[in-house]
Amino acid sequence: MTDTTVNPISGPPVGTAAVAPVQAPPARWLLLMRRPTFGIGVVILAFWIVCAIFGGSFAPHSPLAQDLLATNSAPSGAHWFGTDQLGRDVLSRVITGARDILYVAPLATLLGTVLGTALGLVMGYLGGAFDLIASRLVEAVLALPAVIIAFLFIVALGPSTLTLILVIGIIFTPLIARTVRAAVLAERDLDYLPAARLLGEGPAWIMAREILPNVLPAVLVEFTVRLGYAIFTVATLSFLGFGIQPPTPDWGADIYANYAVLPAGYWWDTLFPALAIASLVTAVNLVTDSVEQVANG
Amino acid sequence: MADEVSVGGRSPESCDGVTLAAQYRGAPAAPAAPALAVRSLDVAYRVRGADQLALRNVSFEIARGETYGLVGESGSGKSTAALAIVRYLPRNGRVSAGSISVGGRDVLGMGQRGLRDLRARHISMVYQEPGRALNPSIRIGGQLTEAIKTSNSPRNEAELTAAAETMLARVRIPDPRRVMDRYPHELSGGMAQRVVIAMALSATPELLILDEPTTALDATVQAEVLDLLAPLRDELGMSVLFISHNLAVISQMCDRVGVLYAGELVEEGPAAELLRAPRHPYTVGLLRCVPRPGQRKDRDRLDAIPGFLPQPGDKAPGCVFAPRCGLAIDECRTAPPPLFEVGSGHVSRCYRHQVAQDLPLTQSPLASPVPMAEAEADADGDAGPVADEGPEGLLVSVEGVSKTFQARGGSVRALRDVSVSLRAGQTLGLVGESGSGKTTLARILLGLTAPDPGGRVTLDGAELAATLAKRPLATLRDVQIVFQNPDSALNRRATVRRLIGRPLAKLAGLSGPALATRLAELVSSVRLAQRHLPLKPGQLSGGLKQRVAIARAFAAGPRVVVCDEPTSALDVSVQAAILNLLGDLQAERRTSYVFISHDLEIVRYLADQIVVLYAGRVLESGPASAVFSAPHHPYTEALLSAMPRLPVAGEAAGDPADTRIQLAGEPPSLSDAISGCIFHTRCPRKLSSGICESTEPGLLEGEPGHLIRCHIPIGELRGLQLSPGGTTPRNSPGAGSA
Ligand SMILES: Nc1ncnc2c1ncn2[C@@H]1O[C@H](COP(=O)(O)OP(=O)(O)O)[C@@H](O)[C@H]1O
Ligand code: SF4
Ligand code: SF4
Ligand SMILES: [Mg+2]
Repeated sequence: MTDTTVNPISGPPVGTAAVAPVQAPPARWLLLMRRPTFGIGVVILAFWIVCAIFGGSFAPHSPLAQDLLATNSAPSGAHWFGTDQLGRDVLSRVITGARDILYVAPLATLLGTVLGTALGLVMGYLGGAFDLIASRLVEAVLALPAVIIAFLFIVALGPSTLTLILVIGIIFTPLIARTVRAAVLAERDLDYLPAARLLGEGPAWIMAREILPNVLPAVLVEFTVRLGYAIFTVATLSFLGFGIQPPTPDWGADIYANYAVLPAGYWWDTLFPALAIASLVTAVNLVTDSVEQVANG
Repeated sequence: MADEVSVGGRSPESCDGVTLAAQYRGAPAAPAAPALAVRSLDVAYRVRGADQLALRNVSFEIARGETYGLVGESGSGKSTAALAIVRYLPRNGRVSAGSISVGGRDVLGMGQRGLRDLRARHISMVYQEPGRALNPSIRIGGQLTEAIKTSNSPRNEAELTAAAETMLARVRIPDPRRVMDRYPHELSGGMAQRVVIAMALSATPELLILDEPTTALDATVQAEVLDLLAPLRDELGMSVLFISHNLAVISQMCDRVGVLYAGELVEEGPAAELLRAPRHPYTVGLLRCVPRPGQRKDRDRLDAIPGFLPQPGDKAPGCVFAPRCGLAIDECRTAPPPLFEVGSGHVSRCYRHQVAQDLPLTQSPLASPVPMAEAEADADGDAGPVADEGPEGLLVSVEGVSKTFQARGGSVRALRDVSVSLRAGQTLGLVGESGSGKTTLARILLGLTAPDPGGRVTLDGAELAATLAKRPLATLRDVQIVFQNPDSALNRRATVRRLIGRPLAKLAGLSGPALATRLAELVSSVRLAQRHLPLKPGQLSGGLKQRVAIARAFAAGPRVVVCDEPTSALDVSVQAAILNLLGDLQAERRTSYVFISHDLEIVRYLADQIVVLYAGRVLESGPASAVFSAPHHPYTEALLSAMPRLPVAGEAAGDPADTRIQLAGEPPSLSDAISGCIFHTRCPRKLSSGICESTEPGLLEGEPGHLIRCHIPIGELRGLQLSPGGTTPRNSPGAGSA
């Protein structure tokens, strides 16, 4: 124990004089803008979003055009990132490969956030038996490896982008529910809740209009954190053949399709899609860190 | 003492040359040095790149063995002064001018080692919240011995334990050995604060700084802690800096008082003289904010100080108080007033100190006393049914309500067979220590907590459903609440417009222009302004927030409003305005209040009827005038005697500790079954016949409507309480008659 904890004159000193009327703290988005890491993350993210939306129109080649006479050709003036086993232009596939992952991952995260927030609000606010049972279920689901759950669903539903969104959304739901429930519990002892009940507000209103705005920062942080995981999960599932299906350009699927020829020295087939995944995940994490720090500080 | 002060004033400089090494070895300072000397102190906080002065040119001294009180509203700089003295200013704060010396040691020039030594051995500080000074994960014994080790040379375990036990005994903790095995959360607030004081005293400091040490405590506990401090101070020869916003507490504890306003010391003088005959308009105003014995809501309005503390950084050329001062003249706005000597050792920073007490009232005294209260009082006698009230003229009645909480480890009987009633337009004061069941009773009335089956809550004679879900909207409209802490009671994400507008839409069923009109009326009736509507609670001061909460409660025209300690989180000046507002709203609308407070002076001012709760049991109830004058229940008697009082002009200053009834121990645990009178474990008047331990007394009626739950007959209680020696615990006479 340090002596500060037992010294009678310890404890963090209170803040400056509180004076009426109090001034509002600077807007949170302004604080975000001032962080350089946030800016870098946003620029990378914006780049990939542009690729996802307009990639088809500025990619040098068609991502699907095969040239069986020029398979596995090394990076050159004609093919900056080389070509793959089927002679397709790797640069074009990397650019257009942003498309599916950039809508599947956010939609899946959004689904998980919406479901998880709703579940977390109900668990935290209603409490009692519902919370007890739901908490047990959440713990049980969290104990299973996510990939196993994903396999079960994909095998049952067949691989498609819709399945991917549903599966990842459902895997994220209990995780997000747990975080939101904890945030709701911190609100539950505050008197604005009985005050709302005394105005005759129902539980749905209280959860959506009274509590939700107060736990929104936690939800936002959770969304951005999960988005990074979602990108990684989509790529992983595609790599394993359960995600986005060939011949649609996709980074994970392309790594899978080409990593067999890696030992033969054809590194460009896998390196560029891998870098693409890495840069996207990094960008999301840079943004996430900033959002988290601003939301908590 | 005066000699010491003037000599001591020079000594800090003479100490400047002493090397630090000599100082932290505890080189004895010049014997004449005052315990604390603060000279022309400026403290600035850096906020958004700009320095804002929180203390400006503050000078005061505390002689050895003296207790000095520092009073002022929150934000006036009291805590900043305390933190500067121990060099614990927050990171953005710094002393920008002046000097501080403790026993002749220059505090501002000290290095880290010097500071550590200063804090460990020469100054101790106690905060408002005992929780902040205690580590939640270490047993009390461990924390105490650690504190003793840091301030004294290490000794062996047995000696340390013995020393710790002595400390706890010194702060009158019964059974110290058991307390040492507890964790902080297992102690009550009063007990924890005593442990913190024991820790603070373990260093036998020269200077003890107490920052609002009893503000978070109940009245009886506060009285105990205060009674504890005075003899300890004398025994240890300490000097004390006592910070409080409670003028009565200051008057009880302090030799001299300094009044801080907006970072300036505006008045200083001997406590009794300053509080009896203040010579600065701010002090005069502060004293007028506090309800005095004899003041009643229907006759006297409290005089609030208009306006707000200036924003830090606002720099007016003249007197800091000028914008709020009823005596301000042109001169006040051009040059800051110097300190004027207005008596021996009494100074005032005011040009008009001679006429300070003629400060005009800000509240016109009620032109015609509110008629309703009188009318109601008359109606009591003939009990004629009034058109819109129940058959007995009752608005709300709670009959035989009990509440048992199922906690782990057994059941907690928070309320036992409680009956109270309330008439239209009247205020029912609920009095009792924390844990006595006041809040539980209020929550049952509101429908937030369901009582045990068997009891009844009626409104206008009709029984109310036990839970909120089963109550119709009309009932919700009729029964509302103002919570203690507006920070908790107002959704911090909602605007004032939504907070007040929502009940208008939901409960009053208004919309469109009708809603807008009512909203505007409501806003002005709680003295808020239209410009507050788009703001969120975080942008409002405590008083404004509480007005928003009051507006919400009154939006749909309630007939009963529960006020649960609505002003205990507020400054006295703000409290006065809020109490006036509640009084006005009641007079205009005949709203009834259930008013919960541990401040008996406020209850006396506001309440028509009083119910005294103890451990879930009603011990006394009746008209306020009857409850506040003898005969009282022995518990009420103790509560009343524990009230800190302000000196009244012309009254001899007696030592209040002489007449105070000390209650030993704590209220009984609610999970144990208690036989006999629930108060017998602490009752100073317990009868020696043993009947108090064996048989629970019934409620005896004294004057009509005045009920006392005690075995001592009411006539005899009156005799005991009015006789001069009657406050000393004794047994025999009552025993014979019982
Ligand atoms: N929800 C609860 N569960 C268990 N015990 C409770 C609960 N609410 C109150 N109590 C207990 O009931 C007693 C009375 O509490 P309360 O009504 O809050 O008193 P007061 O308002 O006078 O401080 C206390 O012992 C408290 O611990
Ligand atoms: S100096 Fe003037 S403004 Fe200041 S307190 Fe005195 S009378 Fe009021
Ligand atoms: S009944 Fe006995 S113990 Fe109870 S209050 Fe009266 S005298 Fe005290
Ligand atoms: Mg309470």
